[in-house]
Amino acid sequence: MKPELLCALIPLFPLIGFIINGVGFRRIPKGAAGAIALIAVLASFLTSAFLFGAFVGQESLPNSTDPLIATLFNWISVGDLQINFSFQIDQLSLLMLLIVTGVGSLIHLYSIGYMKHDEGFGKFMAFMNLFIFFMLLLVMGSNFVIMFIGWEGVGLCSYLLIGFWNTNTSYNNAARKAFVMNRIGDLGFLLGIFTIINTFGTVEYVDVFRQAASLPIGDSTILLITLLLFVGAMGKSAQIPLFTWLPDAMAGPTPVSALIHAATMVTAGIYMVVRSNVLYTLAPLTLEIIGGIAIATALLAALVGLLQNDIKKVLAYSTVSQLGYMFLGLSVTAYTAGMFHVITHAFFKALLFLAAGSVIHAMSDEQDIRKMGGLRKALPITFVTFLLGTWAISGIPPLSGFFSKDEILAHVFVQNKVLWVLGVIGSGLTSFYMFRLLFLTFFGEFRGTDEQRHHLHESPGSMTAPLIVLAILSVIGGLLNLPGESTPGGGWLHHFLEPIFAGSAQINPTALTLNFDHTTEYTLMAVSAGVAVLSLVIAYFMYISRKAVPAPDIADRSLPEQVVYGKFYIDELYDAIIVRPIRGMGDALYSFGEGLVDGVVNGTAWLVRQGAGQLRRLQSGSIGFYVLAMVVSIVLIFALRFFIRF
Amino acid sequence: MNTLILIFFPVVAALLIALAKGQRSREAALIAALIELAFVVVICVQFRPDASSQFDFDYAWIGSLGIRFSGGIDGISILLVLLSGIAVPLIILSTFNRTYSRASQFYALILFMQAAMIGAFTARDGFLFYFSFEVALIPIYFLAAMWGGENRVAVTLKFFVYTIFGSLFMLLAFVYLYYQTPLVDGHHTSAIADFYQLNLTPEAQTWLFWAFFVAFAIKMPVFPFHTWQPDTYVESPTPATMLLAGVMLKMGVYGLIRFILPIVPLGVETWGKTAIILAVIGIIWGSIIAIRQRDMKRLIAYSSFSHVGLMAAGVFSQTETGMQGALIQMLAHGVNVIGMFFVADIIFSRTQTRQLDQLGGITRNTPKLTVYFMIILLGSVALPLTNGFIGEFLLLHGVYTYNNYIGLAAGFTIIFGAVYMLRMFQKSMFGPATARTKNFTDLTLSESLVFVPLVIMVFWMGIYPQTFLKLTEPAVVNLMKYIGTTVVSLK
Repeated sequence: MKPELLCALIPLFPLIGFIINGVGFRRIPKGAAGAIALIAVLASFLTSAFLFGAFVGQESLPNSTDPLIATLFNWISVGDLQINFSFQIDQLSLLMLLIVTGVGSLIHLYSIGYMKHDEGFGKFMAFMNLFIFFMLLLVMGSNFVIMFIGWEGVGLCSYLLIGFWNTNTSYNNAARKAFVMNRIGDLGFLLGIFTIINTFGTVEYVDVFRQAASLPIGDSTILLITLLLFVGAMGKSAQIPLFTWLPDAMAGPTPVSALIHAATMVTAGIYMVVRSNVLYTLAPLTLEIIGGIAIATALLAALVGLLQNDIKKVLAYSTVSQLGYMFLGLSVTAYTAGMFHVITHAFFKALLFLAAGSVIHAMSDEQDIRKMGGLRKALPITFVTFLLGTWAISGIPPLSGFFSKDEILAHVFVQNKVLWVLGVIGSGLTSFYMFRLLFLTFFGEFRGTDEQRHHLHESPGSMTAPLIVLAILSVIGGLLNLPGESTPGGGWLHHFLEPIFAGSAQINPTALTLNFDHTTEYTLMAVSAGVAVLSLVIAYFMYISRKAVPAPDIADRSLPEQVVYGKFYIDELYDAIIVRPIRGMGDALYSFGEGLVDGVVNGTAWLVRQGAGQLRRLQSGSIGFYVLAMVVSIVLIFALRFFIRF
Repeated sequence: MNTLILIFFPVVAALLIALAKGQRSREAALIAALIELAFVVVICVQFRPDASSQFDFDYAWIGSLGIRFSGGIDGISILLVLLSGIAVPLIILSTFNRTYSRASQFYALILFMQAAMIGAFTARDGFLFYFSFEVALIPIYFLAAMWGGENRVAVTLKFFVYTIFGSLFMLLAFVYLYYQTPLVDGHHTSAIADFYQLNLTPEAQTWLFWAFFVAFAIKMPVFPFHTWQPDTYVESPTPATMLLAGVMLKMGVYGLIRFILPIVPLGVETWGKTAIILAVIGIIWGSIIAIRQRDMKRLIAYSSFSHVGLMAAGVFSQTETGMQGALIQMLAHGVNVIGMFFVADIIFSRTQTRQLDQLGGITRNTPKLTVYFMIILLGSVALPLTNGFIGEFLLLHGVYTYNNYIGLAAGFTIIFGAVYMLRMFQKSMFGPATARTKNFTDLTLSESLVFVPLVIMVFWMGIYPQTFLKLTEPAVVNLMKYIGTTVVSLK
């Protein structure tokens, strides 16, 4: 089979699934709808795996590192600007394909159980397939505009899925907020694409990066491009200041949170930077800015996570925080480490969300951890898998999160000791709030109602099976990129992704290698693992030994505590400085502005008519009227031009 | 096939329908419009994508003055002819669930309107263009004044006077240009091609620029000449609003491309920036107001005002992407805005209100309406793979290339557009049902039949825009030459 066809099939399967379930909604029985959706994503996964095998299999061949470009058709062509609808298959896109379709399949399987009783089941599965379709375009596109299709498309799907239960106004508002905030980032991305077009005359990755590689480090156009593209990444990957949509996005059904807001969509920003690594390596200033934003995001979100009481909110803030770590890695050109954390995070965060969903399912839709407790007996599989997920995200060896986070922190240490210290502190906070969540949910006494206690049950197999698979992956994920090139199997990911970073390596050979001795390496590992374990112990004392339960919402809090509990009041701040002024301006323009403009224009016409009346006595015919009107207008325009210089 | 048929077939059909005064004027009008569409499709298929004018007609009109009745279709006209051809049958079909008094006159006026618009889009003589431009006002004036809402008389008069006032400037410009053309056989000419050959002084180009600009800016409208528009759109019966917003306003954008850019390039050099800034102010002004509107029709009116501003800005960017973007966006906007106003009309016909705070929860009973509304909305907010994206992508690239900061300001349209469109969708379709919406019924067959072609266009233009871009490209390249020459001669 031609590679073009094979590539096209990957996004085509979920698209077909979407169309069948979308058109046949309410006519296709639930069982069939679920099967169609699952098979569509599985088919993509298998095709991707086949491509992956074929690609790795030909590694011994010459030029094997060249990407495979499959052009379907000429999409937009205007003058010299040619934008092809084409896909690029290389190490990076293959990796993303496997994550998106692999984790995606598991989440689809889980959804079949979780959403079984929802009347919108078929519609839900259709949207999930559509989401996968756009995510696949995002990672497969061979140019920035195809990436942008996926980029905006996942924004649309998150809108549809967050507001899935659309009779609830606050859910709808959360959905709209997600879309609009993403759009703010998208504007930056779009302007970045325009600058790329005007600089390189093309949007194809291969051509852009080849041309860019000959530019000097610190080139100002590259600086502009990278900053604009990063604005897009801020929106999609929820970095300060565009992060507030992600916690609100928890309004959607839980599998949505797992799919969109943990494993795939939010990693788009990381993928984009890694894909454009040549450009970012050329822009050290951009990397510094990213580093600052990343660590601020990581710490801010971790702090907020400390005091949240909604099981999904805690996980949402932890996602924001972990994304900060990934960008932190990218900011020190540790691109492989960033991707490594994307992969492990996809495993354990999907796991945590799905396990949380299982808890919510068992608790009859209760999400407040103050009303849970002691669930480990009733939900043994959920408990064990949630424990493993917590273990992994906290960065405690030997689970996957430890290796990926440690690799990021090691690179940060080499470049910037202050950032490293902050990073380790954040890692300690992560461990604390995650174990707090675990202890409050699964240990101690049950704090819910008798009715909830009566209904407690472990979830069905379609829900626990994905949990088990993801838990295994979370445990062993570290094997992908064990530290040290010398250990057997060590640095596999690093070696595999090397061709992607060839351009960057050529521009700045020292930036991509990590050179320090084993003693330092082991010390760093010990420090970060030690801090994580210490946080675990503190959480244990607080929530298990002393059986502390977070205070109710209305309780008195000290000022700092109240600020953190109120999520630093950032939503309120945005409301005050952006939303309200725009609304006020809309009202003002409508009430006064329109009248004013109308008055000025009518007044001019009136003056002209008066003048014309005078003129008519002197001159018959109406041509004088025209001339005068014209003269008055031109005078006005000249006057305008005189007072407002532009 | 000849362009004359496109102009006179609807006239003949309109006359027959008006004279017959039959019961079935609605069906007759639809059949006439479909036949016209068939002619248009044949022309589009036969059209050679090159810079020439095709399917020409050319007759002496006012012989002693050298004014000729001549027209034809080139790459600048073709998509607008296509838009007129597609829009009118859909607009007529959209009325199938309504009853209008004096139906034969109502439908005859719509067909007259179509003839005038096609005349304007295909004229190759300045005075024929002016004539068609003005003649189109007559049917739309009567449609709005006779079948409109409560304030129709005052509002329509304002619209009429405003537009006439603007086009007088254009007439003056044409008269001036006419006298600049060389004498052949004892008279000047008013052929547009001859206007292109004139060497006008910079001073003349400045006032000609403004004379043309004011006329077209009122038509589109561009800030600050827009205050007639929201009231007119709201008060007009929906078919008239669709004609106004879907097709007629494109005369303004078309005029910018056809006349201002090639005839007064020096004027554009000097004053283009002012025009772009006005257009971009309009983009932001319109969308910020749209965010706060409660009446669906008024909201769509302001969104249309905002979108048109981007087209004007793209044209004045004098870039190939801006120009191509404007041409394809005119077609896309026509499709989307007709769909949007139809949605508002459907909701009004079932609930007797367009106020968003009295609506909500409609989606519960209406899968078809929800899907079509959402698709049209996605086109309007320029989601990739829909028609709006191609246009806005090219337009914004053009404006951004012209000036980065103005491009950034214009780019806010994609953010604000999402805000007001999603707000409208949420307030009408989602949330709890209200007393007015709880018995809402889904689309009838004829209503669905209006949406199906619109939705096909949304995706066709979004997924494979080359079908349309290829038609316009040679003409745009040719037009760029006129701009290019002057830029060179300036230096």
